[in-house]
Amino acid sequence: MAVKLPIYMDNAATTRTDPRVVEAMLPYFTEKFGNAASRNHKFGWEGEDAVDLAREQAAALIGASPKEIVWTSGSTESNNLAIKGAARMYAKGPEGSKNRGHIIAAAHEHKAVLDPCKRLQNEGFDVTFLQPPADGVITRAMVAEAMRDDTILVSIMWANNEIGTINEVPEIGALCHERGAIFHTDATQWVGKMPTNVDKDNIDLMSWSGHKMYGPKGVGALYVRRRNPRVRLEAIQDGGGHERGMRSGTLNVTGIVGFGKACELAMHEMDTERERLLGLRRKLERDLSSRLEVVQVNGHAERRLPHILNISFGYVEGESLLMGIKDIACSSGSACTSASLEPSYVLKSLGVGDELAHSSLRLSLGRWSTEEEVDYAVEGIVKAVNHLRTMSPLWDLYKEGIDVSKIEWQTH
Amino acid sequence: MAYSDKVIDHYQHPRNVGSFGTSKDVATRKDVGVGIVGAPECGDVMQLQIKVNEQGVIEDAKFKCFGCGSAIASSSLATEWIKGKSIDEALSIKNTQIVEELSLPPVKIHCSVLAEDSIRSAIADYKKKNGIAAGTDAAAATH
Repeated sequence: MAVKLPIYMDNAATTRTDPRVVEAMLPYFTEKFGNAASRNHKFGWEGEDAVDLAREQAAALIGASPKEIVWTSGSTESNNLAIKGAARMYAKGPEGSKNRGHIIAAAHEHKAVLDPCKRLQNEGFDVTFLQPPADGVITRAMVAEAMRDDTILVSIMWANNEIGTINEVPEIGALCHERGAIFHTDATQWVGKMPTNVDKDNIDLMSWSGHKMYGPKGVGALYVRRRNPRVRLEAIQDGGGHERGMRSGTLNVTGIVGFGKACELAMHEMDTERERLLGLRRKLERDLSSRLEVVQVNGHAERRLPHILNISFGYVEGESLLMGIKDIACSSGSACTSASLEPSYVLKSLGVGDELAHSSLRLSLGRWSTEEEVDYAVEGIVKAVNHLRTMSPLWDLYKEGIDVSKIEWQTH
Repeated sequence: MAYSDKVIDHYQHPRNVGSFGTSKDVATRKDVGVGIVGAPECGDVMQLQIKVNEQGVIEDAKFKCFGCGSAIASSSLATEWIKGKSIDEALSIKNTQIVEELSLPPVKIHCSVLAEDSIRSAIADYKKKNGIAAGTDAAAATH
């Protein structure tokens, strides 16, 4: 089977919207366009019914009650609402005071968790950023050690977006419940891919997004526990009192319909899809590792999402590698692909050296990835890495038996 | 990021990739000047080797580069430009000329700076090996 180019291997950034999702959404643009808050006509009722169905679909996927779903614009908003909303609600002192409470997060969280936490530091909260170990997995024991009597909130992502490692979320949730802290998890990369049950997994607040699970962009959800304990949030966006006052603003009915449909599809197809993607990722990993020298897979060997591979190719710079594989859409941990000059802070937090962080690729598979695409990607990457190594002065030094890390470089 | 056609051309068909021997070999060769600039943790390392004849003319140049496409293109272009030039002429090459030739965007200016540094560094190494004080005419050197 011929491979259609370019190949998409950046599903951790976003996914293609499933055509079945688009089909479900279409009537809500031009026919059933009512405002879900319009209580006195058919258009409004249609909108409300559609939102209710989507709420049930979203709740079913995570073992929650539909009343526990708050619609947002995506995971960034869900994280902001959860973290700032909970911290301000459960603060131990009034605005302007110090020592308002302790928060725990991991240093390799997404910026949409780190930055709200940093803002809270300026508002009198004390935040501990847990340094992950080399395998990238945050354990219950690490959180337990950081826990204090004044810890009000713990936010630990379920699976990391760059390396795919899976943290001990149910165990950390149990610890939080024992200690009376609210537990939030950014589950953007997890939900829709892996089985989730907010009760069994001890979760109080959980963020996820439509576009990472074959739904539309611009719509997300926040799970907010209603009992044992009942979690309250201070709203960030005020207005018409939508979403039980937690998130005002006219509901994105079309997007929400798509989100619900994506949840329903994920629920039915998750198990087979997971096995298939795991097989493809293992093949990708095995073929690259066997055909190239000095290759390092980043993150825990086993505790990883089935569809994400983060891999470093020694003595090859990531951006030049991306240039050599322009038919393969993926991401690099190299600084050059972002506005900052620092390489990936996630890889750095794991203690991956700057040089290997610059040399990393994140390949993430999805619903339409095929074995032929994996084969094509392996060929392309092997060719590009070999081409760049013929040009790499570091590769020569390595081949001469010189330890590159021991050289004193003239940094500029 | 979109690259200019010239950057893509140098990336795909780099000019003068290579070296005149291992790092040990060239360390003792008086006719070869070696410049290595940058650092792996910054994401760019450029190595430029120049072979200088008795008239002080750069007969041949070879480069190796660990870095982004713009860094590879800058060092590849530098080798093209310095070949056949006297070392003094080579020293007059400015990074801004490289920026212009390759249409480098502002975030990639450091690549051109590195290429200019590599030329200066290789020439300084050559002069040092041949006992020429910085700023002296290389043709006066005896081999």
